[in-house]
Amino acid sequence: MTDTLHAAHDDARVNSPHGVAQQRSLFDRTILRQASLDALRKLDPRVQVRNPVMFVVYIGTMVCLAYCVSQPSVFVISITAWLALTVLFANFAEAMAEGRGKAQADTLRKMRSDTTARKIGADGVESLVPAGDLHKGDRVICEAGDVIPSDGEIVEGVASVDESAITGESAPVIRESGGDRSAVTGGTTVLSDRIVIEITAERGHTFLDRMIGLVEGANRQKTPNEIALTILLAVLTIVFLPVVVALQPFGKYAGAPVSVVVIVALLVCLIPTTIGALLSAIGIAGMDRLVQRNVLAMSGRAVEAAGDVQTLLLDKTGTITLGNRMASRFLPVGTHTEADVANIAQLASLADETPEGRSIVVLAKERFNLRERDLGTGHVFVPFTAVTRMSGLDLGERQIRKGASDSVRNWVEMAGGVVPPDLSAVVDGIARQGSTPLVVADGTDIVGVVELKDIVKQGIAERFAEMRAMGIRTIMITGDNPLTAAAIAQEAGVDDFLAEATPETKMRLIKKEQEGGKLVAMTGDGTNDAPALAQADVGVAMNSGTNAAKEAGNMVDLDSNPTKLIDVVEIGKQLLITRGALTTFSIANDVAKYFAIIPALFVATYRPLNALNIMHLHNSQSAVLSAVIFNALVIIALIPLALRGVKFRPSSAAALLRRNVWIYGVGGIVLPFVGIKLIDLLLTATGAY
Amino acid sequence: MDFTLTLIALVVCLGLCWRFLGSYLVAVFEGRVRYLRVIERPIYRLLRTDPDAEQTWQRYAVSLVMFSGVTVLVTYLFLVTQGHLPFNPLHLGNVTPALAFNTAVSFLTNTDWQNYGGETTMSYFSQLMGLEFHQFLSAAVGLGAAIAVIRGLANRGKPTIGNFWVDTVRGTLYVLVPVSFVLGVIFVAQGAIETFAGPVHVHNALTGVSQTIARGPFAFMESIKQFGTNGGGSLNANSAHPFENPTGLTNFLSIVALLAIPVALTYVFGRMVGRLREGVAVLLAMAILFGAWTGIAAFAEHQSNPAVARGGVVTQVQGNPEGKEVRFGESSSALFGVSSTMTSTGSADSAYDSFTPMGGFALMTGMMLGEVSPGGVGSGMYTILLFAIIAVFIGGLMIGRTPEYLGKKIQAREVKLAGIGVLVMPLTVLILTAIAVSIQQGRVGVGNAGPHGFSEILYAFTSQANNNGSAFGGLTGNSPFYNITGGIAMLIGRFGVLIPALALAGSLAAKPVVPAGLGTFRTDNTMFVGLLLGVILIVGGLTFFPALALGPIVEQLSHGRFW
Repeated sequence: MTDTLHAAHDDARVNSPHGVAQQRSLFDRTILRQASLDALRKLDPRVQVRNPVMFVVYIGTMVCLAYCVSQPSVFVISITAWLALTVLFANFAEAMAEGRGKAQADTLRKMRSDTTARKIGADGVESLVPAGDLHKGDRVICEAGDVIPSDGEIVEGVASVDESAITGESAPVIRESGGDRSAVTGGTTVLSDRIVIEITAERGHTFLDRMIGLVEGANRQKTPNEIALTILLAVLTIVFLPVVVALQPFGKYAGAPVSVVVIVALLVCLIPTTIGALLSAIGIAGMDRLVQRNVLAMSGRAVEAAGDVQTLLLDKTGTITLGNRMASRFLPVGTHTEADVANIAQLASLADETPEGRSIVVLAKERFNLRERDLGTGHVFVPFTAVTRMSGLDLGERQIRKGASDSVRNWVEMAGGVVPPDLSAVVDGIARQGSTPLVVADGTDIVGVVELKDIVKQGIAERFAEMRAMGIRTIMITGDNPLTAAAIAQEAGVDDFLAEATPETKMRLIKKEQEGGKLVAMTGDGTNDAPALAQADVGVAMNSGTNAAKEAGNMVDLDSNPTKLIDVVEIGKQLLITRGALTTFSIANDVAKYFAIIPALFVATYRPLNALNIMHLHNSQSAVLSAVIFNALVIIALIPLALRGVKFRPSSAAALLRRNVWIYGVGGIVLPFVGIKLIDLLLTATGAY
Repeated sequence: MDFTLTLIALVVCLGLCWRFLGSYLVAVFEGRVRYLRVIERPIYRLLRTDPDAEQTWQRYAVSLVMFSGVTVLVTYLFLVTQGHLPFNPLHLGNVTPALAFNTAVSFLTNTDWQNYGGETTMSYFSQLMGLEFHQFLSAAVGLGAAIAVIRGLANRGKPTIGNFWVDTVRGTLYVLVPVSFVLGVIFVAQGAIETFAGPVHVHNALTGVSQTIARGPFAFMESIKQFGTNGGGSLNANSAHPFENPTGLTNFLSIVALLAIPVALTYVFGRMVGRLREGVAVLLAMAILFGAWTGIAAFAEHQSNPAVARGGVVTQVQGNPEGKEVRFGESSSALFGVSSTMTSTGSADSAYDSFTPMGGFALMTGMMLGEVSPGGVGSGMYTILLFAIIAVFIGGLMIGRTPEYLGKKIQAREVKLAGIGVLVMPLTVLILTAIAVSIQQGRVGVGNAGPHGFSEILYAFTSQANNNGSAFGGLTGNSPFYNITGGIAMLIGRFGVLIPALALAGSLAAKPVVPAGLGTFRTDNTMFVGLLLGVILIVGGLTFFPALALGPIVEQLSHGRFW
């Protein structure tokens, strides 16, 4: 098993960008084998009693077993065997769901290195201690090649860190002291430089430990909806108990005593075994689906809440727009031409390695075929600073600059230049369209304006339309001014926006939405996002963010991709839908089972009742056995559905309901009629009945 | 043709009730109707209750149980001592304790199951002070409870559900008493009897036959009997007797009266939760069940009675006139029967025992579906809301959200309470029927052998646990066994549903409302009506199918065909 796991692990590292979430086939052989063993292990009554529906089947099987001993017959033994299989199938379903998580946990556990850490003592002397002996507040040194021993904050230095062990993303990330990029995670590797880390987690409470616990489902607690559904299933089980037990005296009164084995068989067929058997597997698999997408939910409750979300707060940058603005137009002012602007802007950006700068170079090349040129000697790049808010190039005496409109304007006026009268109109026009104007000047001569445009992600407007159809409001959060924000909001098709957002206004918005009874989801990464993340019903923290943010949220996205919030909502919904659909299916199945078993029970006494045998089942024994077999097989048949979740298409509640009622309600009534008849035909063909 | 006109008239009358009685009820329970202030105020002073102070569900339930306990005890005492009490022209003796228990509980719980013949057992005092008193108050309590549950669902921003004493007083004073009075006057005008003079003795000199003809204060008991969905009349023959139900008009008015409040409550529901469509959806579910069952019963009663045919009677024209008043006929009797069994009234203008097996099946299953179509005064409304919660829960999960009804989240506690409320009735019926068929005391009461006898027992417990009170006949119910088990069935059937419903109201009242949107599970469209019907039919069908197979179904099939 270890070898296979290793192999699987290595494959995943090479082929897929996912670290934790290795793509496993639904029926991975290792998991299948393990699950079969676990299915037997779960026969322990202490495990069984946790699931009231299956516990009834378990007890029923025991009762039949007693009859197998006292009055053995082919029929009694077959019924008992199939009842036992029903229990085993339910165990198997749960074990399958758990198995996937366990395999992932094993992989993670191997990463939890037991390396030694270079601890700095109180006296400043370095000593080697096992990673397990580190405590909160200790300081350790890590250099290139070292594995970071535990979670912590960088207090000194900057380093590139390989976090692929956690995130699966192979490109190294930069971590540095101070600011929002100071958190490091135990188990990741320092690739370059030297950092001093202050440990923030005790052993057993690190991020990796929590991840292992989560994917393993070790302390999985039932979620609110799962509890409510368990109660409904218990109610249905309780109500069927007297229904079938009363058949004994009823039958006696009618002169048609009913055997206990048949009563048990009927009971098992009627109680909602299908959903009862698959319920916990659905829950575990739902969490697992999140892990597959590299999202760790701190509780199942959060996943369910995600399905209930009515308002999504989405950060503009990275979620709605691509992270960076791109140059989209050159607008000349005064007597200049568009080509002049392109030329000067490209010169100003040649040394600018920011994505915006590069996009200007590229646009100029595309539009006017301006290639990077040889500047010869005597040129000096002028980098962007927070004070000048400009960058550019000095070619000898010639000063070329690009920057924010007011900065360049001031700079030109200070140097004695004249600002062309049409500049303000052009700048305002660009701002009104939600873009950023970048003014370009050649010395004291203002040449024109570059429009830097926020590029709205492809397909995002369609996703928001889907959200709207599902009744979810999307609100864009941005630091931009209201004018710019409004333009982008319109292009992206969000329902509302919060411009010039600060942590305080964000918090106020969340509280306002919640006061109206709505559930709010948001993403965040900075320390100043932490209060809002904690306040939101679903707070997804980016793994790249600070520890404070990760602590405050109830989910962590390892890919740090804020768009995934939408996926999280869909997974939450899918989880609930799967439960509802299988419950409906399970109850709907009962209709056919009645028509199989009731005539079979009493036809010996009341011949006319055979009219109810609308499936024309061969005889009463084959009818009862067929129903029991169908009941057991349907559990196995539905395991893939339970693990994958029912197909979810974002649409309105009414459309979803209609679809599911037809498939699982009406389908649930019809299918068993066909299934039971087929099994009966097979049983008859064997000649045993 | 006549029957078609009857149906049209019924729909029109009920439509008017729905709209106008409905808005009147809203006004009454919102405290806007005050013309009887002079009577109302002193009652509150006497009860030492502040009419403006609302109660939590616990206080509401405790008040209700205390009130029920005291009044049922008083009635019990009246019955067991009636020989010493006034207004007893026939000098009837004391009622036996077991029968008095059964009867007192029966009227307390709005069941009106009668293990006795009224004219030969009860004095006028017992009828009026012991029983008719409860006919008003049991209806008022049910009505108030329904309003309380509706208050829980309506978004009122407070965790209280109303004041039990105020609801009961207002329901009685402004709704039940005035309407019953007017209705009673019409009954008297049509020829129903209302007198304190005792029975008359008639001697026909020609034939030499002597008869004692029972009389009494029947007409006004008749009006509340129907309007309060009680069903217990003064005479053994109930509404088949011309002194209770003298004409076609009174027969028609009886049907309207017993459907009036249950139907109007759907309007109240819609209005109080702020969306009339919600009430219409519930009404539609009720109407579809009611229409279907009326159809089954009417169709079944138009089939010739196979037992009569086998008996060699060849002149049978059509239908099954056996056990029916000729002046009402098959269709109308079937309509009356369905109306009475589906409203938990239980009055009868024909012998249900003599219905064809499928006709009897319709009556019995009408009750087995939980008395929600439209059900008794109040009880129908709060019971169907329990079913609605289950439907919302299952349906809501299928759209991927924590299920919510009218913006209130349905979670573990609500599912538990709705589940208890829905399953307590079938559990009671099945367990008590199983006991009855298993022991000697139960079997001796049966009037017929085979499946029909089984149906008699099943019907008796179904009727009592559903607080219906209609009798299938055939079963001798006045035995200690049936009196006591029946009493238990009625108590569980009433309070086992009512108290969980109130608890549910309390738990819902305290919840904040989730605003509705496109992602919200709609409960005011045909899809929900279908889902609600599905839940009602599947719960009823799954719990009672085996028992029904051994009773009416096999009996019908024995005749060689399903119809």
